Amino acid sequence: MPALPLDEAGKYVAAAYLVFLALILVYVAIMASKLTRIERDLTELNEQLTRRDDERAEEPVAQ
Amino acid sequence: MFGRGLKPLSLLTAALMTGAFALVFFYAPNDADQGFIQKIFYLHVPLAIVSLCGFVAGGVFGIRFLQTGDRLHDLRSYVCIHLSLILAVGALVTGSIWARAAWGHWWVWDEPTLVSFLIVFLLYACYQPLRFSIEDSERQARYAAVFSIIAGAFVPLNFMAVRAAQSLAHPRVLSTTGGNMPGSMFFTFLVSLAGMTCLFVTLWKYELASKHAGMQLRALRRRLLAGDDDGWVPAARRSAAPQL
Repeated sequence: MPALPLDEAGKYVAAAYLVFLALILVYVAIMASKLTRIERDLTELNEQLTRRDDERAEEPVAQ
Repeated sequence: MFGRGLKPLSLLTAALMTGAFALVFFYAPNDADQGFIQKIFYLHVPLAIVSLCGFVAGGVFGIRFLQTGDRLHDLRSYVCIHLSLILAVGALVTGSIWARAAWGHWWVWDEPTLVSFLIVFLLYACYQPLRFSIEDSERQARYAAVFSIIAGAFVPLNFMAVRAAQSLAHPRVLSTTGGNMPGSMFFTFLVSLAGMTCLFVTLWKYELASKHAGMQLRALRRRLLAGDDDGWVPAARRSAAPQL
């Protein structure tokens, strides 16, 4: 096949590079959501630990 | 642990990728035969090469896991294969776009290079379902390592078989004569390949750090809950990802 003119070839080249960009962006978005989940779990864990420490502090010390 | 060196590596990747794209569009000349459409080659070929190397690296980490029993090697192998699959999707899609523009078809079934790459992709597409189908994490890691080694050995064999076969239409990029490319094109290709390799390593370390942090967090939660009065410990969630 003869080489495509620039205006037609440009669409294919742009499509290929956009596919690559989209793949990377989707990957980063998924990783970002996982990072958010880790952060939320960490906060939850920290709160749990604080609550437990508070409960232990309120318990009367055995004589 | 896995996050060490991630910042300079990310900066290097960004610089190399930006440099590669600048070279592709402002430095490398248009191909005399294919014209502007050949610019896809600087993306498609590094994607294919890096994904195949990633599959082989997954097999190497599989061997390391079977040798040492260290679950971190299983995690490394898993992330290698996971990322290689993503890059392989990119290689298949960009290759199809190029084929449509150059050959007038999205896919050509009698072309050994295309079909063999699709076979490798489909083979590795079975990796995650295989892992997920095995509940016991020890067996899951062992079976996945064996799979990654056998499939990893298949990749170079497949590559050699395709090279030995008479290609119908797919251009040969790498050869002993430098791939019949002028110096400017070859330099641009090498920078693109280096950029793609750095991108793979960066994302690999990024995902390893994220997965490892998640695992450490779950382990911490289990320990914390085990220390509670009721002693209730949540069961590990069934997952295709390795459990440390």
